[in-house]
Amino acid sequence: MPPYEFKEIINQCYEVGVKSLPLISLTGFITGIVFTNQSRPSLTDFGATAMLPSLIAIAIIRALAPLVTALIAAGKVGSNIGAELGSMKVTEQIDAMEVSGTNPFKFLVVSRVLATTIMIPILSCYTGFVGLMGSFLNVYQHESVSFVSFFDEVFNTITFLDIFQAIIKAGFFGFTIGIVGCFHGYNSSKGTEGVGRAANAAVVTSMFLIFIEEQLVVMIVQSIRG
Amino acid sequence: MEKKLSHINYQNAVIDIKGLRKSFGELHVLRGVDLQLFEGENLVVLGRSGTGKSVLIKVISGLLYPDEGSVNVLGQEVEELDEKALMALRLRIGFSFQNSALYDSMTVRENLEFPLVRNKRTLSRAEIDKEVEEVLDSVGLLQALNQMPSELSGGQRKRIGIARTLILRPDIMLYDEPTAGLDPITCTEINSLINEVQERYKTSSIIITHDLTCAKETGDRIVMLLDGKFERQGRFNDIFNSEDSRVKAFYDYNFIA
Repeated sequence: MPPYEFKEIINQCYEVGVKSLPLISLTGFITGIVFTNQSRPSLTDFGATAMLPSLIAIAIIRALAPLVTALIAAGKVGSNIGAELGSMKVTEQIDAMEVSGTNPFKFLVVSRVLATTIMIPILSCYTGFVGLMGSFLNVYQHESVSFVSFFDEVFNTITFLDIFQAIIKAGFFGFTIGIVGCFHGYNSSKGTEGVGRAANAAVVTSMFLIFIEEQLVVMIVQSIRG
Repeated sequence: MEKKLSHINYQNAVIDIKGLRKSFGELHVLRGVDLQLFEGENLVVLGRSGTGKSVLIKVISGLLYPDEGSVNVLGQEVEELDEKALMALRLRIGFSFQNSALYDSMTVRENLEFPLVRNKRTLSRAEIDKEVEEVLDSVGLLQALNQMPSELSGGQRKRIGIARTLILRPDIMLYDEPTAGLDPITCTEINSLINEVQERYKTSSIIITHDLTCAKETGDRIVMLLDGKFERQGRFNDIFNSEDSRVKAFYDYNFIA
């Protein structure tokens, strides 16, 4: 039903996506380097250092990229949504919206949930890329593997199902972050204390649900793989 | 000097409330309120904090639903309206919030445009700009057009809040504590603005307050909310010539304060 609030959806996509890029870039890059560093000794013990790009690819694409992105976004975006809507609630801005003939649910909640659901998978793909780049730099430094060889190994290992499940999973994570943040913000009360509580509850609940969803998706994908 | 009443149409009640009851758990806030607001009238609802004055206007605007009783606004029973009809009715009711409730992430211009672009979608950019500037001028704050709410004083925020409600040209204005937290000079300016709005936009208004100066300067009629019911009503002097100890206590407290 019109109005569709496209402008607000774009605005929220910018808030969720573009403004999270620096933090996501740094975290993804470091995750790639650290995970590679930590994996190397175990593979070296078995004389399987050549498997490093494959191992990293599977770990980052299947699990780390969506999970790290979602956890970072739960902390940054989820708390932001909870605090923003909480503040609007206690200062009667949501009531003001309602009495001026605007559906606050559509304007505030739908736009934010759509933005997180769209942007977290995109950010997750970006985190995967940055994480692999970090990993490549580490492998290049220690094993002198070329860029082409590294990514050839990476793309030979991962399948369409890996990428598909990662994107779908990130979509669920994004939806969870958006809806939980909005729920706690929209239902906050008791002044500034309530705003802080809403932001905190948004982060804690989102993270808890993200881990449960991660486990569920792994179980479903494993059953598909047989 | 008390206000003249010739502008009021006593044949047409724009708000008609009968037997309104509203509780929050064990707290019985409104205990059978009957009220009529006539076309063109400024009605002041006086009462101590926490007596349910704000609850009353939130019920009128459909933000809260009554437990019992009927609330008829502009010929429509509020509690019977579906979402679409309630939205349409709300466009005819302006609500000025106690803390102004300006959208703090938007400029003054965007605050004023917000209800306009969503509810009058046929307006061109030039028409929107004209409406915004006109209504801002009517509250004397044209220079604040591109400022953020955080850059405004309390009185300016109240004025912008009133301007935002006026932009949809409502038939009824609901003012929730319009002078709360303001200095005496700004209070007088806000009181004058409420009277100007009544004259210029031909609105009927309910003014919720515990400020006797506001009640005296803006009210055509005053009702006192005591223990969840309207106990006294009339002109300002009629109310405060009452021998009711609760009314006297209220008057004395305001006078001393």
